[in-house]
Amino acid sequence: MVGETHGTGGGGSEAAVTQGAHGAHMEPHASNRTYIAIALVLGVITALEVMVFYVEALAGVLVPILLVMSATKFVLVVGFYMHLKYDANVRGLFFGPLMIATAIIVALMALYGYFL
Amino acid sequence: MERTSTGVPNEKMLMWTFIGSECMLFGSLLATFLVYRDQSIVGPYEEELLNIPFITVTTFVLLMSSLMMVLALSAVQRGDLRGSRLFLLLTAVLGLIFLGGQVYEFSHFAHEGLGLSRNLFAGTFYLTTGFHGAHVAVGVIWLLTLWTLALRRRLPPEKSVTVEVAGLYWHFVDVVWIVLFTVIYLMSGATGA
Repeated sequence: MVGETHGTGGGGSEAAVTQGAHGAHMEPHASNRTYIAIALVLGVITALEVMVFYVEALAGVLVPILLVMSATKFVLVVGFYMHLKYDANVRGLFFGPLMIATAIIVALMALYGYFL
Repeated sequence: MERTSTGVPNEKMLMWTFIGSECMLFGSLLATFLVYRDQSIVGPYEEELLNIPFITVTTFVLLMSSLMMVLALSAVQRGDLRGSRLFLLLTAVLGLIFLGGQVYEFSHFAHEGLGLSRNLFAGTFYLTTGFHGAHVAVGVIWLLTLWTLALRRRLPPEKSVTVEVAGLYWHFVDVVWIVLFTVIYLMSGATGA
């Protein structure tokens, strides 16, 4: 998009190399084209999820199929939109609690006999 | 300019820590929903109420709001004022549309007799999705605040980390919905059958 700028260079959206407010040089983020492509993939996966939901023949394997598709969307958003793919320093801050959250879910479900 | 030992701005580190705690919060809510799924002894039941086509549209809207958010950050980093204003506003508007959909859904359920304490599904559903909706509402207010700053030319590239932190929050809200949409809405067909 060409428009008003703060005068620090505009337009170049390909593999933007970011300069953080703290002055540290960070890993390059994805380009706008990549972000749009990911949005399309997210939309297609969502459509596929809903299609699978209505296919009676897949009722027996619906849960694993949905979990895989949901996990794919999850990884795409976290990896690219939240830049976790590029920010190695904060991965532990996210995946640590995520593992704990998963353990909480499984533990609570086991405690209340969900798997019996 | 502030330099940190981790190479990550402190605001961003704080947001990631907050997001980590939020993972556990939503994990607990989701576990509660799953534990009490199909345990209601009075109707209306989830299979009778959940409108998958409608919620798919609002899910798509929220996913696209994440795209607008990341484009807004990119515009701020480039110093593109017009793009910053446009994409921040679009993100907020899409968030508002999602919230409108949730208000419509809740009011429709209430009209069908699903009060908050009607059955176990009502309690766990309203709590989990309502909590998520509250997060979306906070995000919309935050985005509109940033949009106002952009209108007043107070979002230069040097302040892009402010938008990045808001973006992290917004994408997390989106990620939570990705999970809720699958588990609460789509898996109802698998467990309810």
